[in-house]
Amino acid sequence: MSTPYAKLPAWADYGLIPVINLAVAFIVAGFVVMLVGENPFRAAVILVEGAFGKGTGIAFTLFYATTFIFTGLSVAVAAHCSLFNIGTEGQAYIGGLGIALVCLSFDSVLPWWVIFPIAIVAAAAFGALWGLIPAYLQAKRGSHIVITTIMFNFIAASVMVYLLVGPLKPAGSQAPQTRNFLAGAELPKLNWIIELFGAKIRSAPLNICFLLALVMAFLVWLLIWRTRLGYEMRTYGHSPKAARYAGISETRIIITAMMISGALAGMMALNPVMGDQHNVAIDFVSGAGYVGIAVALMGRLHPVGIVLAAILFGMLYQGGAELAFEMPAISRDMIVIIQGLVILFAGALEHMFRPYIQALFASVSPKSVGMQAVKGTGA
Amino acid sequence: MFNAIVQVLDSTIRLSVPLLLACLAGLYSERAGIFDIGLEGKMLVGAFAGASAAAVFHSALIGLGTAVLISVAFALVHGFASITHRGNQIVSGVAINFIAAGSTIILGQAWFQQGGRTPALQPGERFEAITWPGADAVRDVPVIGPIYGELISGHSILVYFAFAMVPFTWWVLFRTRFGLRMRAVGENPAAVDTAGISVAWLRYRALICTGILTGVAGAYLSMVQNGGFVKDMTAGKGYIALAALIFAKWKPVNAMFACLLFGFLDAAAIRLQGSPLPIIGKVPVQFMQALPYVLTVILLAGFIGKAIPPRAGGVPYVKER
Repeated sequence: MSTPYAKLPAWADYGLIPVINLAVAFIVAGFVVMLVGENPFRAAVILVEGAFGKGTGIAFTLFYATTFIFTGLSVAVAAHCSLFNIGTEGQAYIGGLGIALVCLSFDSVLPWWVIFPIAIVAAAAFGALWGLIPAYLQAKRGSHIVITTIMFNFIAASVMVYLLVGPLKPAGSQAPQTRNFLAGAELPKLNWIIELFGAKIRSAPLNICFLLALVMAFLVWLLIWRTRLGYEMRTYGHSPKAARYAGISETRIIITAMMISGALAGMMALNPVMGDQHNVAIDFVSGAGYVGIAVALMGRLHPVGIVLAAILFGMLYQGGAELAFEMPAISRDMIVIIQGLVILFAGALEHMFRPYIQALFASVSPKSVGMQAVKGTGA
Repeated sequence: MFNAIVQVLDSTIRLSVPLLLACLAGLYSERAGIFDIGLEGKMLVGAFAGASAAAVFHSALIGLGTAVLISVAFALVHGFASITHRGNQIVSGVAINFIAAGSTIILGQAWFQQGGRTPALQPGERFEAITWPGADAVRDVPVIGPIYGELISGHSILVYFAFAMVPFTWWVLFRTRFGLRMRAVGENPAAVDTAGISVAWLRYRALICTGILTGVAGAYLSMVQNGGFVKDMTAGKGYIALAALIFAKWKPVNAMFACLLFGFLDAAAIRLQGSPLPIIGKVPVQFMQALPYVLTVILLAGFIGKAIPPRAGGVPYVKER
């Protein structure tokens, strides 16, 4: 998308503006805390302490962050191709179905290190498939990807509810979930890494999916900025017309981008399903797909930014749980508000402070904003 | 059998009212070139504000007014982000849904301490059903009795308002200057700008209409269908309304039929729960619930006619390029 705004130095663009937007989002959230009758500063202290104060807290924070890295990357890959994938939620849900099929079939015969790669492939394949249909419809039939992916989230939810209260539910059970996986489908924990630093951990679900998430972040960086395909995706994202002129197939690029996006979304399911709950339950994604939008926007669609933003949201989730415990007037839904405010200020209103910052830069050092080149086209 | 059909149709009407209001709300903003994913969130804050104000001030009308006011405020935030600051309209809509979902629960818990619910509304605080003249007299007449007594009479004022909004919206859209300009701004804002009309102000007015209607839709949910606010009570209705809007190809009368169809699917799903149908056999409830979405996807894919959105939809307007 073209921005009618002049350039800023890179550090201001990628560092200063997101930080200012984030700060505003948190100030507004602070007002909500005040409205509820609590002290926002004390809330902030409890939140940060809950997330990073103890070893267990850190492990939980990183566990949540793992989930958000996957969904954030998923949204970002599609966004580089100027596709808004709201369907991350549904793709992750269906990815869980792939994992369930693998784990339920093999967990009694194979060890985890054989099941894990198969499950990765299955999760990615199911997620990619759920992304493929909207992509195909966008590329070939011109239906808007945002609307189709929203519809597919609801269709995914219906399909999963149908399967989890019917065929996948073990006989005689009341809970709408699959049977618990055996030891073969449980992923090893990573808590010992934090314990190396001397912290104590009671029990936390941090598992090797965290490493997988970091690897995927690196691979996404490689894909977007170091491969031909990534270049084509970015070209299409900037200008579909230019891409067409350069001989890039629209259909191929849309479908590939959405399948990669869907695959990353599907892999998100590995973390809660195989790393923590050891079953697939109704609504196990619980909004992580939508958090991915906030994470991708905050991270400015760059894997490094996404990992940092995911840790921030992991902190909010873990600290938010502590907050709900300490302050009875505040429940975990406070995070939902903060999430919304972050999406609003870092996403929709990302240009709100830009003109002011630009004016500031221009008055301090005209060169840094390239004044000569853009004279007269200021925002 | 006949009574069963009337009952299903009656609940069809009740279930399609919030969809219809939200769908018409979306129609105003999308016709003006602003995508609105935030219908869901605006309905939710409307429902919450309506039920809270009605419970505190003991008046249904104050409740309705507050619902509309708060919903319009959220619509203006959407406008501020997407019109004034040319932000991404979809991102802004998603943000509004989140803020609505979180704040209704947090504030509801802080103010009323009932686990996110608002106090149950007393008789004077909700909109009561209106019994039309003669409804009781014809009740025992076959065919006409149930149709007049159940289907037409016996709804709250908001139901009639919703259906009255259909011809009204058609009239505004196709027979007034404002409507003409609004449609133009959704197709080609530069042309409207050239004619000396403010694109931003037109779009803001369209969003205010959206806010009013989503506010009423929310009030209907919490003050008519339910005697109070329950968390997440919109439960995806905003998205179904969006689907209905596409299904209706952005036309008011079609929107009514689309919403009635989706409302009917919902009513039938509730009615049929578990009982087998002739010929087809037992249909899973989830299939009925997913049907509106599936139908919309099929329509969007161009297999049932073609849905062509307003051309400038989703594109922020930048003066002089």
